[in-house]
Amino acid sequence: MEALKQELKEKIIAVLNLEDVQPSDISNTDALFGDGLGLDSIDALELIVLLDKDYGIKLTDPKEGKNIFQSIDTMAAYVEANRTK
Amino acid sequence: MNRGIAITGMGIISAIGNNVDENFRALTNSDKGISRTDNIDTIHKDEIMFGEIKKSNDDLASELGLAADHNFTRTALLGAFAARQAVANAGISNMSEYKTGLINSTSVGGMDTTEKHYYEYFENPDTIKFISAHDGGDTSQKIAEIIGLEGFVTTISTACSSAANAIMLGARMIKAGKLDRVIVGGTDGLAKFTINGFKTLMILTDTYNTPFDNDRKGLNLGEAAAFLVLESDKIVEKEGKKVLARITGYANANDAFHQTASSENGEGAFLAMQKAFKVANLDPTQIDYINMHGTATPNNDLSEGRAVARVYEGKDVPDFSSTKAFTGHTLAAAAAIEAVYSVLAIQNGVVYPNLNFTTKMAEFDLVPQTELKHKNIDHVLSNSFGFGGNCSTVIFSKN
Amino acid sequence: MEDTLYIKSYASIENGKISVDGKTVFESSVANVSDFLKESVRHFGIQYPKFFKMDNLSKLAFLGSELVLKDNPNPETALLFANSSSSLDTDVTYQESIADKGNYFPSPAVFVYTLPNICLGEISIRHQLKTENSFFIFGAFNPDFFIGYAENLIETGKAANVLCGWTELFKDDYKAFVYLVSSEGKKAHTKQNIESLYTN
Repeated sequence: MEALKQELKEKIIAVLNLEDVQPSDISNTDALFGDGLGLDSIDALELIVLLDKDYGIKLTDPKEGKNIFQSIDTMAAYVEANRTK
Repeated sequence: MNRGIAITGMGIISAIGNNVDENFRALTNSDKGISRTDNIDTIHKDEIMFGEIKKSNDDLASELGLAADHNFTRTALLGAFAARQAVANAGISNMSEYKTGLINSTSVGGMDTTEKHYYEYFENPDTIKFISAHDGGDTSQKIAEIIGLEGFVTTISTACSSAANAIMLGARMIKAGKLDRVIVGGTDGLAKFTINGFKTLMILTDTYNTPFDNDRKGLNLGEAAAFLVLESDKIVEKEGKKVLARITGYANANDAFHQTASSENGEGAFLAMQKAFKVANLDPTQIDYINMHGTATPNNDLSEGRAVARVYEGKDVPDFSSTKAFTGHTLAAAAAIEAVYSVLAIQNGVVYPNLNFTTKMAEFDLVPQTELKHKNIDHVLSNSFGFGGNCSTVIFSKN
Repeated sequence: MEDTLYIKSYASIENGKISVDGKTVFESSVANVSDFLKESVRHFGIQYPKFFKMDNLSKLAFLGSELVLKDNPNPETALLFANSSSSLDTDVTYQESIADKGNYFPSPAVFVYTLPNICLGEISIRHQLKTENSFFIFGAFNPDFFIGYAENLIETGKAANVLCGWTELFKDDYKAFVYLVSSEGKKAHTKQNIESLYTN
């Protein structure tokens, strides 16, 4: 699980072009949206593509993303439970 | 009220008709044009519906009398088809008689053809002619060719508000005396490029779009083209031209909030409407009908509804509806087809129904007009908002 | 009302060189446009994380605007931009992401930039400009059109200043020429002056 969390942090930084952010800057419980990393709705859609591409998880309703992308902890738990690759 | 700029001709092709009369009949009979696609080979064809024009490219080309080796894209074909109607409707026989311009708008340009041939260009010499047709500006040149126009030609691209800006620029150029006559409008053909893009933004519904409904799920993409002929009062008087309606107000403002999403309180939309009232010298309460942008995405309808509620705070909101449930969202052409609908609303004294509405939105007390309504209409306000925060409003008034 | 208008400030970005009001302020030998723009924004100490998420056309327009607007802030500044390739650079990137059925993952973050006027949205967000904004496509830089449009915006009270921009970009070829039209300044807002600044 810790490895997955680290992997997610690296992927998020790369996919969302978070220049000047290091994986160690993101704590597992930090809010990813809003005040935390300051991600926006397009970033959320991009994370939905990431789930599909790298973990074979397909979301159809963008609202589902809200709960899943609360933090690295929630995202990792969801990926662990639902991944198909 | 300012006198405004005269509209003397209109032409249109959309999913609900191939000319002005057919469009009007569909609007007043509640015949929507949303269907599965027949013309596009997309992997999403069974999941989503479109405001698709059923004429094929070959049908359009033969009606335009093009040679077999033409390189018109679908966007150019639709645009030329509608512009030719507008010119005929305005009774123009000699295009060079006055200083005449064309202000076209498009968001996809020749993408429909490019995506078909992109990987063939090196191997198939027959496709090479389409490379130069990709450009949005080429679409405008082709339309100019078809209507025999040799004057000022330009192309606007401000996403889904493009045609509103074409109308606005045309009105201004006549007002400033730079042109005597100008053909303004927009065209966009359906392309996989846009379908996939809107799909990734997760704002496409899997059924019919339902503007201003609490349970709306998103938009249907559509394709269309429409053009208006605007003429100076000098020409109108000299030739005794019939004036269909006038453009009295226009403005655009940036929402300055997000690349694609509208702000919570609809600041850009609010400012565009306010500025348009100022240009028209009209009080908001003088508007008889608002043709909303109303794409039926959760974000647009909430933001636009809030902006309208702010404009009419403490006052009655005029009858309003979105015609997107009829045509789908036709992107750069949207404001042009809705300009035609606005003029028809004034000429015929009708408010079009907002189809597919059942439940009022929880966030405010706005209920669209759901049945066809007959009444005198002096002023129509039409909104169009585009990605990039571009919010545009045009006001049409009875002559 | 025919008050004289001026070009208050201007900036050019071309061939790895950035100049503001005629003075070279940054030069780089980096050929890749994306790296060059990143390097530039760091050089000028511009702190704006969203910059790194933009497509190259928006980065170019953003940077040009930044250099002109930083000393000339005014919320009543309208935006009048144009180029000849529209958003072709990003259109190609996006097209590649939907062309392969076996590796089909279209990116929403790329798609949003497949319109040329998104860069105006980015500039508007950065400087909180809720003013008139329009993006045109011309075969080539068209100073007559810019002059007429900018003067009309100011004369009709639609804007106090107009930020005009020619921002052309495809692959590693780019040119940005951004200038501010205002009722204050030293250089007259004439076709001759605009053309000479554009070509220099």
